[in-house]
Amino acid sequence: MKPIFNYIDRPSPIHALTGATKLCCLLLWSFAAMLTFDTRFVIALAVLSFVLLRLSMIRLSDVSFLLKLTIFFMLFNNLVLFLFSPQYGVEIYGTKHVLFGSGRFTLTQEQLFYHLNQMLKCFAMVPVVLLFVCTTQPSEFAASLNRIGVKYTVAYSVALALRYIPDIQREYHEISQAQQARGIEMSKKESLVRRLKSASAILIPLILSSMDRIEIISNAMELRGFGKNKKRSWYMARPFRAADWLSMVFCALLLAAAIILNIHNGTRFWNPFL
Amino acid sequence: MSDPIIQFDHFSFQYHAQSAPTLHDISLSIRKGEKVLICGPSGCGKSTLGHCINGLIPHSYRGESTGRVTVRGRSTAELNIFEISRTVGTVLQDTDGQFVGLTVAEDIAFALENDCVADPALHERVEKAAALVGVETHLSHAPGDLSGGQKQRVSLAGILVDDVEVLLFDEPLANLDPATGKAAIELIDEIQRETGAAVIIIEHRLEDVLHRHVDRVILMGEGRILADVTPDELLAGTLLQRSGIREPLYITALKYAGVRLTADQHPASLDTIRLSEDDKAAVRDWFRRTGAAPEPPDTPTLLQARDIRFAYSNGREALHGLSLTLREGEMSAVVGTNGAGKSTFCKLLCGFETQQAGTLSFAGEDMAALSIKERADRIGYVMQNPNQMISQTMIFDEVALGLRMRRIPEEQVRERVEATLKICGLWPFRNWPVSALSFGQKKRVTIAAILVLEPKLILLDEPTAGQDYRHYTEIMEFLLELNRRGVTVLMVTHDMHLMLEYARRAIVFSDGAVIADAKSAEVLTDGDVISRASLKETSLYALARLCGIEDGRGFVARFIDYEREAAHR
Amino acid sequence: MKKSPIVTVVAIGIGAALFFVLGRFVIIPSPVPNTNISAQYGLLAFMAALFGPLAGLLIGLIGHALIDFSWGGSFGGIWWSWVIASAVCGLIMGIGMKKISLTDGVFGKKDVLRFNLSQIVAHIICWGGIAPALDVLIYHEPTEKLVAQGLMAGVANIVTTAIIGTLLCTAYAAARPKKGSLKEEN
Repeated sequence: MKPIFNYIDRPSPIHALTGATKLCCLLLWSFAAMLTFDTRFVIALAVLSFVLLRLSMIRLSDVSFLLKLTIFFMLFNNLVLFLFSPQYGVEIYGTKHVLFGSGRFTLTQEQLFYHLNQMLKCFAMVPVVLLFVCTTQPSEFAASLNRIGVKYTVAYSVALALRYIPDIQREYHEISQAQQARGIEMSKKESLVRRLKSASAILIPLILSSMDRIEIISNAMELRGFGKNKKRSWYMARPFRAADWLSMVFCALLLAAAIILNIHNGTRFWNPFL
Repeated sequence: MSDPIIQFDHFSFQYHAQSAPTLHDISLSIRKGEKVLICGPSGCGKSTLGHCINGLIPHSYRGESTGRVTVRGRSTAELNIFEISRTVGTVLQDTDGQFVGLTVAEDIAFALENDCVADPALHERVEKAAALVGVETHLSHAPGDLSGGQKQRVSLAGILVDDVEVLLFDEPLANLDPATGKAAIELIDEIQRETGAAVIIIEHRLEDVLHRHVDRVILMGEGRILADVTPDELLAGTLLQRSGIREPLYITALKYAGVRLTADQHPASLDTIRLSEDDKAAVRDWFRRTGAAPEPPDTPTLLQARDIRFAYSNGREALHGLSLTLREGEMSAVVGTNGAGKSTFCKLLCGFETQQAGTLSFAGEDMAALSIKERADRIGYVMQNPNQMISQTMIFDEVALGLRMRRIPEEQVRERVEATLKICGLWPFRNWPVSALSFGQKKRVTIAAILVLEPKLILLDEPTAGQDYRHYTEIMEFLLELNRRGVTVLMVTHDMHLMLEYARRAIVFSDGAVIADAKSAEVLTDGDVISRASLKETSLYALARLCGIEDGRGFVARFIDYEREAAHR
Repeated sequence: MKKSPIVTVVAIGIGAALFFVLGRFVIIPSPVPNTNISAQYGLLAFMAALFGPLAGLLIGLIGHALIDFSWGGSFGGIWWSWVIASAVCGLIMGIGMKKISLTDGVFGKKDVLRFNLSQIVAHIICWGGIAPALDVLIYHEPTEKLVAQGLMAGVANIVTTAIIGTLLCTAYAAARPKKGSLKEEN
């Protein structure tokens, strides 16, 4: 079975950063990208994110499937946006420069510009998430959460989820095959209610046997001292170095810039039509 | 021998949810550096006894208790579970449940992390413990990349990072193939010698544990201690036969031959046993006297696999040129290590995967065009764990599920389900919820749910995994009965007793091909096949050699025939 | 099942793993073309009923975030708005289901009602309210589109939870050991 989280081991400076740093940067960056629709800033973020992807030695071919998915989804989403509100751009930018057509689906420059912004934002966010997923070992993720202030019990829940996903995935597969042999079907041939009942015939054994697992795992953890102290150390934790601090400061500045831009512009949009 | 490290003093325990006590008046002491086997059938309370030693009782499971359990002189009720775990380290039966880390190193480090041990001590201690059990080259591996035996070693290392004085193993052999189980018992022995810790093994597979020296065996039954003796005394006595624990096969053979054993002959192991010339003569004599069972007649071919090749999408070729034939009415076993291709073969048979080359034919018909559902009408597949198959609350509905999914009229469903319930001995329970059944009965329900589709062949994955002798016999006799009714049975198994006693043939897989296809007695006496398939030579063969019988293979076969007859007389 | 704080930690981990597997790999085609039914909300409701609001919150949060991470953010980054909606959904369900005591093996008609009322309220608040509201804030998409999206998801989730969640609870309650007097029949 292919690993679900696409960690790719390469000797890059991004890999060398601690997981906590990368998580922190991801959050700061995401907020910055979410906050502003200032096209100039978003373009800068998008360009920068591809530069970082390059720096991390992750090749586009490594993530080509996911990138194709991104583009497909982005186009689909924009199509839906247009169908729902073809004049949303006009509403936002307050002017109307008709390109062609008439009636509800009149195509305007404002609308196109709005779509451009949506797509740019997508490219400002997706590469950093990919970057995070591809350069952070799942093992280090839990330690990182604890490092940035999440309670260690919750951080360990995340570690447990990552640990048991492959096991549960395998079990789901096995059960679903055995039940298919008994005639369980979830395809379109069946009615919706029957489909859901069929799904239950697979999910019930899967979930009930997982409940037994909870008891066994908690016994094992208790017997090995989990929950003994207010803190715990992490085998995978690494000390912060200068590069870590620099990266975090840089991302914090990005967020600050986004906030300042919004205040300065007086709106989240940068309006070239005025 | 020094002071007792664990002591039970007239201890009784009853779980809150249960109506009767699980442990009655247990008095027991275990001293430093001792090696003790706690043995007994399922439900005898041996796991509960283990919980009392590691502190899960009374700290995690609530219940009523009388008497006292002490660890290093202090009552477990006064200590907390963390203090107890400093003295007692537990290796659980379910290695996947115990393996909580994302990698080997993290799992070994788990207890140290909880103690806030910081680097560099953390990394150093992990490496030391890993080296102790021989997993130091796998530190960055994920549990999915490890075999069952390796996972168990990691669990052990995770305990050894702390200097515990007692190592408690809960059914360490349950999920291992025979050769790995043997290696595990050897490892436990070595670790004990290196660390000087007391070792407590909870297990019902007596013969396998006695592969290495054990100081004492505590035999339990119905919540009480039936015997607390040396292995030699236990094997010389008669208590074992009545307890639902299987005695070592060589002991059974000696008894068939009329040899009366005493404790000072050291029967605990074939390495230590002293047989007189008279004893040996008796065994030879028995061999000469006992006739071989007649060969069953050949029947038409039911299933034929020719030159099957299969590779997973990740490129790993799991089967390369596998061929085998199964005849109608046979009851046979497929054996081999993990990764030998057994489960891949099952998936191909059921149509979950499709081979890239070769043909599978069933009753003369090529199966290539058959869907999963159509194959299921011919070949029924029963998973190892019945809990993974049961989705309905009531037994009747569970058995009826496959028929209803095939849109068979309800009248016919009723008729067929009732008939099947009768065959499977589940008629008295037809109106019960599935949850009220024992594990063995649940297994029957899953088999019934497959049988109701009237397949000619049923394919079972480890039909008796984790079962004690009584449940094992119950399930296997049931399968034998089905077989007599004309159902062809193919079992995928690690269990050597099962192969020997119930499989007419053993088809041995190794590395994606069949390396042997012969009577089980032949397979289990063939050194080359044994090592390639991670099996273990049967102790009967060694006994034959010891008694000067040249035809060891014949001796094993004769024993099986005789026992089968004895069982059904 | 035994009760201890560690059980909750493990339940959150395993619950999130199940949520992930159901959300990522269980494909049940829905009547709307190109969309699949999210079986994971049936699980979320069951876990919330069994382990309480905090577990519900964290299972929704971790499980949903992991799904988005596993797609590498290909659907436009991590949809924090929907992640938060899943989390709150688990929380509300857990609060509404506090009185259901599945561990004792009881899941009667009243409990079925309580279970489904809670899940319906939770889904409406989250997919009709929280998710679109956050989306408007973050993505600045037209409100009608977001509400339509949210409602579609909400209705689908209510139906799935009603069937899968209720069946799960019934099966779990039935599987709890009970003292009783079952008789063998001839």
